[in-house]
Amino acid sequence: MAELYNTPNLDELENGPWPSFVTGLKRLASDSHAGAEMARDVLGTLETSYVTKKGYWKGGTVGVIGYGGGIIPRFNELKNEDGTYKFPAASEFHTLRIQPPAGMHYTSTLLRDMCDMFVDNGGSGLIAFHGQSGDIMLQGATEETTQTIFNTFNDYGFDLGGAGPAVRTGMSCVGASRCEMSNVNEQAVLRTLVNAFLDDMHRPALPYKMKFKVSGCANDCMNTVQRADFAVIGTWRDDIKVNQDLWKAMVADKGRSYVIDNITSRCPTSAMTLNEDNSITIDNKNCVKCMHCLNVTSPLTHKYIAKGDVEPILATGDDKGVMIIMGGKRTLKIGDLFGSVVVPFMKMDTADDFEAIEDLAGEVIDFFAENALEHERTGEMIERIGVVNFLEGIGLNVDPNMVNSTRTSSYVRMDTWDEEAVKWFENKAEASA
Amino acid sequence: MAEAPRMPIESGCPDPIQYMHPTMRRNYGQWVYHDRPRSGVLHHTSKNNEEVWTVRCGTARQMDVYTIRKLADIADEFADGFVRFTMRSNVEYMVADGAKVEPLIVALIEAGFPVGGTGPSVAMISHTQGWLHCDIPGTDASGIVKSLMDELHEEFTREEMPNRVHMTTSCCQINCGGQGDIALNIQHTKPPKINHDLVANVCERPTVVARCPVAAIRPAMVNGKPTLEVDEKKCICCGACFPPCPPMQINDPEHSKIALWIGGKNSNARSKPSFHKLVASNLPNNPPRWPEVGAVVKNILSVYKDDARDWERMGEWVDRIGWPAFFEKTGLPFTKFHINDWKGARHELNSSAYIRF
Repeated sequence: MAELYNTPNLDELENGPWPSFVTGLKRLASDSHAGAEMARDVLGTLETSYVTKKGYWKGGTVGVIGYGGGIIPRFNELKNEDGTYKFPAASEFHTLRIQPPAGMHYTSTLLRDMCDMFVDNGGSGLIAFHGQSGDIMLQGATEETTQTIFNTFNDYGFDLGGAGPAVRTGMSCVGASRCEMSNVNEQAVLRTLVNAFLDDMHRPALPYKMKFKVSGCANDCMNTVQRADFAVIGTWRDDIKVNQDLWKAMVADKGRSYVIDNITSRCPTSAMTLNEDNSITIDNKNCVKCMHCLNVTSPLTHKYIAKGDVEPILATGDDKGVMIIMGGKRTLKIGDLFGSVVVPFMKMDTADDFEAIEDLAGEVIDFFAENALEHERTGEMIERIGVVNFLEGIGLNVDPNMVNSTRTSSYVRMDTWDEEAVKWFENKAEASA
Repeated sequence: MAEAPRMPIESGCPDPIQYMHPTMRRNYGQWVYHDRPRSGVLHHTSKNNEEVWTVRCGTARQMDVYTIRKLADIADEFADGFVRFTMRSNVEYMVADGAKVEPLIVALIEAGFPVGGTGPSVAMISHTQGWLHCDIPGTDASGIVKSLMDELHEEFTREEMPNRVHMTTSCCQINCGGQGDIALNIQHTKPPKINHDLVANVCERPTVVARCPVAAIRPAMVNGKPTLEVDEKKCICCGACFPPCPPMQINDPEHSKIALWIGGKNSNARSKPSFHKLVASNLPNNPPRWPEVGAVVKNILSVYKDDARDWERMGEWVDRIGWPAFFEKTGLPFTKFHINDWKGARHELNSSAYIRF
């Protein structure tokens, strides 16, 4: 076992109550597995960064046979004057991105097997659960060990995720597996979308990254609206279900001012009226499914419910489905963008529904591949070409739910107004048929 | 003839049902309500009158295999061998027997995993790779997060905030870390330093020129070699040129500073989702503990905790009291840099008579 470097700065990060990644790295570095020396030299490199306040990893090209992406290559830039590596065992420190099960469910056996498969094949033993795209990050492989580690995981049933200009690993919330707010089979939607486009994930050939994320309700625990090019959010379009007896019991207990201050007056469209007899009236036509009243009342339900009853104070409706919001992204290049609504509602029950969302995603990817500039995300493309061109390109009709307000600028050519008006009435008639 | 190479099995995103706790599998889509018996614990009831308790604990995110095996051992002993991860790198153990909750909590705390992060608490900070693995980091991520979570440990294990507080950390302005109620991002304050000898060999120059959001980069010749130059008056120091052209070094040990942004929210509850907004900058990038950053974060959290109403997220609280009050209450300086002068900036100005005195 090689002796550890002196790391006074990193040692400071072993103090305090929160779990320390430094303690973990030191444990790996003191071990006898094949990747231990890499862990030791990574600590040396990182300590240097803490002293000089500079990063020392550069990218490159490392892959596995058959795929074009999915490995994040890192080569060490810290060299001695004679060109040799200062930390030779960490001259390479590549990461394999592995797609986790949808919803990030694991068994203890799976976790242990992943650890064993990684270290037994020469990996450093450092794993991040999970990266910001949702991948399991196996951190610390060389060009030589990358292929073996991948083969082992792949034989076990796991696949590489996306990197570079490609469809990326997606994320879905815990949803139907443990949440009463779930409006759709989130994990099935995610798998449908990602697994239909594996070729675009494994062989990066798109203008830039394309991310699918799925949240089961407007609480959006997966942050789809800001982080996904193609965000799917569960919702419903019939009435909120109210158990008036439980509601009244809650009002009697918590008091009218608590209910007014914390629930009814927080409704963004003022759709809730607390009646004189403590019952609630909801103007469902005006409910925007923001989730606030459901969030407040769900945890209170158990206080007023009789044992054996399984109805909450308030619940989502029965006519469930999803909305699709497109173009969310982080800063690079034109600044942060929210996604915007392109499909206000879509049922997601039958095999045909799932096929329909897959077809739409296919249209979107084709349009993106053909029309986006290099290094342009869908949000930036939509901003550049205008959302109407985008909608026409992927074959979607316009809908007033897509805007916060109608246009304020009169600088527009409107000589096909009449045809567009006819289209609106035809589409309306078709929808109600 | 050489043996054909092994080709990958393109299996994609695995089916989670096989790894899901049986109580969750049986009640998939059947959950009716939940409560929180204590901080760090969720208790869900299904239509079939089945119950599941979830115990949530924090991790370092970058974990060694011993830590992960320890998590697996705890799953075997208390949670039927099942766990799941949250998007903020917390671990959740599900148990179908309420009597197992307390022993599980004790075991987790004894093993060094703080229990909390549910309800109105400060959740684990989602973050990027930083100096540990990124190729363009201005600072570390795991280290800042560890330092901050040490300081905010009690706010993680309790539920005393007005509403949940999601924090994010990013090691450059590209901001892979995400939006947060409080977001910590590095802010470069000087234009890139160019190594002209390397540009022609390393960089695809037209790509770099195209990447600049303010068209400040143009082709040039230096020492007889083709290279790029930056109009430093135009440059906004975003760093977008650095990833495709490493000889345009943007990270600076002294001049890359840490900026704080608040009010980001992805949930639609009560109000539409919002982006985070700048509140403080020019904080030193000061490893290994970044004390100046911790002090400002704790100040903002303490003012929010005292002043916001129940259920108000940080951005909603500021929307109610107004930005002048925010700067008054926190004692932070308001500068010309707080006023947006980028595209669409006028939408962020006050065009009303709404002023509080």
